[in-house]
Amino acid sequence: MSNILEIKELSVEFPTRRGTLKALNEVSFSIAAGEVVGVVGESGAGKSLTGAAIIGLLEPPGRISGGQIWLEGRRIDQLPDEEMRRIRGREIGAIFQDPLTSLNPLYTVGHQIAETIVTHLPLTWTQARNRAIELLEATGIPAARERIDHYPHQFSGGMRQRVVIALALAAQPKLVVADEPTTALDVSIQAQIIELLKKMCREQGAAVMLITHDMGVIAETADRVVVMYAGRVAEIGKVRDVIHSPRHPYSVGLMGSIPSIHQQVERLVQIDGSMPRLTAIPTGCAFNPRCPNVMDRCRVERPELQQLGTSQAACWLHPAQEVA
Amino acid sequence: MTTQRALVEVKDAARWFDVSAPWLERVLSRKPRTLLRAVDGVSFTIRKGETLALVGESGCGKSTIARLLVGLYPLTQGSILFDGQPLSNMQGRGGLALRKRLQMIFQDPYASLNPRWRVGRIIAEPILAHTTLTPEEREARVDALLIQVGLHPSDKTRFPHQFSGGQRQRISIARALAVNPEFLVCDEPTSALDVSVQAQVLNIMKDLQRNLGLTYLFISHNLAVVHHVADRVGVMYLGRIVEIADRDTLFADPKHPYTRMLLSAIPDMTGQGSSRTPVAGEVPNPLNPPSGCTFHPRCPFARDLCKLESPSTQVFKGVEIACHGVVQGWPMQV
Repeated sequence: MSNILEIKELSVEFPTRRGTLKALNEVSFSIAAGEVVGVVGESGAGKSLTGAAIIGLLEPPGRISGGQIWLEGRRIDQLPDEEMRRIRGREIGAIFQDPLTSLNPLYTVGHQIAETIVTHLPLTWTQARNRAIELLEATGIPAARERIDHYPHQFSGGMRQRVVIALALAAQPKLVVADEPTTALDVSIQAQIIELLKKMCREQGAAVMLITHDMGVIAETADRVVVMYAGRVAEIGKVRDVIHSPRHPYSVGLMGSIPSIHQQVERLVQIDGSMPRLTAIPTGCAFNPRCPNVMDRCRVERPELQQLGTSQAACWLHPAQEVA
Repeated sequence: MTTQRALVEVKDAARWFDVSAPWLERVLSRKPRTLLRAVDGVSFTIRKGETLALVGESGCGKSTIARLLVGLYPLTQGSILFDGQPLSNMQGRGGLALRKRLQMIFQDPYASLNPRWRVGRIIAEPILAHTTLTPEEREARVDALLIQVGLHPSDKTRFPHQFSGGQRQRISIARALAVNPEFLVCDEPTSALDVSVQAQVLNIMKDLQRNLGLTYLFISHNLAVVHHVADRVGVMYLGRIVEIADRDTLFADPKHPYTRMLLSAIPDMTGQGSSRTPVAGEVPNPLNPPSGCTFHPRCPFARDLCKLESPSTQVFKGVEIACHGVVQGWPMQV
């Protein structure tokens, strides 16, 4: 299986007056062609930052301080801005949380989609416009031929997110980075958008990195899931494995804290405390102050990701560590 | 624990907002006044000691109901009785005693606490307004409240920005509990929080309800959270309640097509990779709601009657429901 995206020990840091903050700490994972990989974690875990690093849109003063990002066998983390701009849109499509801020309010949606197509593909404006209409139709926008000349404010939230999906997929990218694509939407619209994203990516064979805090969305969309905590990867595995038999205590807590409509429990599992600030990440395992299974070793030594069956987890609880 | 006595009775409550264009523009371009019917004829009761949850999508009027219940908005029509007394009395003499018995927890813990006040002063404010405790007794009460919500008495000298979202929401809960209210209106208390922190706050709220015999109105858009906390659930759509039922009845056997649609839109956590049943359409513009039953443009079972006549709320098999099809027994299988 060929990997479209490969991230190796990626670190991102923010130099501040009070010292350098490590926002991402040696994050590694890969996404194969046609695969949907979910990235979950609570606010501040570094999910969106990973996405921003991949598409080369880190907000200064944030910078990649170590590691590599490979897209189809080509290293992209050190490319000059000009070249990165050609890759964005052509090879990596991006979908953001708020559909209103990712569209230009001064241009019609048709113009924006056609512009992307003309920039990246060898088509004329007329051909691009026709392709834009096809794309809008494929995303389920009724009367696409008329709607193409409308401005973003004339669309509702769900319809706007459809336009953004059409825009992200306009140049048939190899990889789509979707950062909380349904968080701003109501549940009934959420289902429609997730279904659409899945369908469109499957048809185009695009790999998807789906960043969300909603385990439910991951459960029904993703093939594999990366659980992040305090800028590190806690666990990687098949969605089913991580949901039903999580290996890392943080994943265990995370799954238990989600209320379910299929069972009635008196109390939810709670993880005491909260995510550490970047200025005060504990030594050893970042999760140790909140961990119910904490051992002396966890406070001193940082665990590496270890293969455990089909999953990988970074936790000293698993004795596979010793064998290796 | 739950008794039959109704603590809160809402009868045909309505709240309309005037969202007309400015006067000059209206006169020049001959526009009529426009009314937004945020809540339009809602009736329900909440029994002492129970949790009633209201669910619905954005713009359906959930938060407006919360604000009506604590008197932050006046009613346009209808009445709300709290323990037999009309809430409209809240402004007049004796209103203070009534207001003390109901408190509210807001959605955004970053906006609902004064950033310039220390936590101790924030929690003591309602005590100062409603009781005649001495300063020492007040301090002791603040300490006890902080412990009750899982914080430390020494936290009272700190400012809100020194706390995380979940801790701030606990401070909001402590403030709401300061005057020993009987009824708490919780407007999306956990939707700004991460899941692990949401679990902490939900657990505290359940413990407090058990220990203090509180009655909750719990507003949320998250059905899984509602399933966890509620005894009864009301489903809202465009300013009306379309179905109210016991939690187990509602989740096991939803009757209204909109409720069924909402339930099928919940993500499936079993990890089977099975997808939700996507539903067509979106919530219409509340400024220009559809005729008859407002759900009819999205309803797969709508008939001509639904376009003409708005269904009234009726009791059907123990469930209060507003739907022509369910009450008349139309075949409603997909």
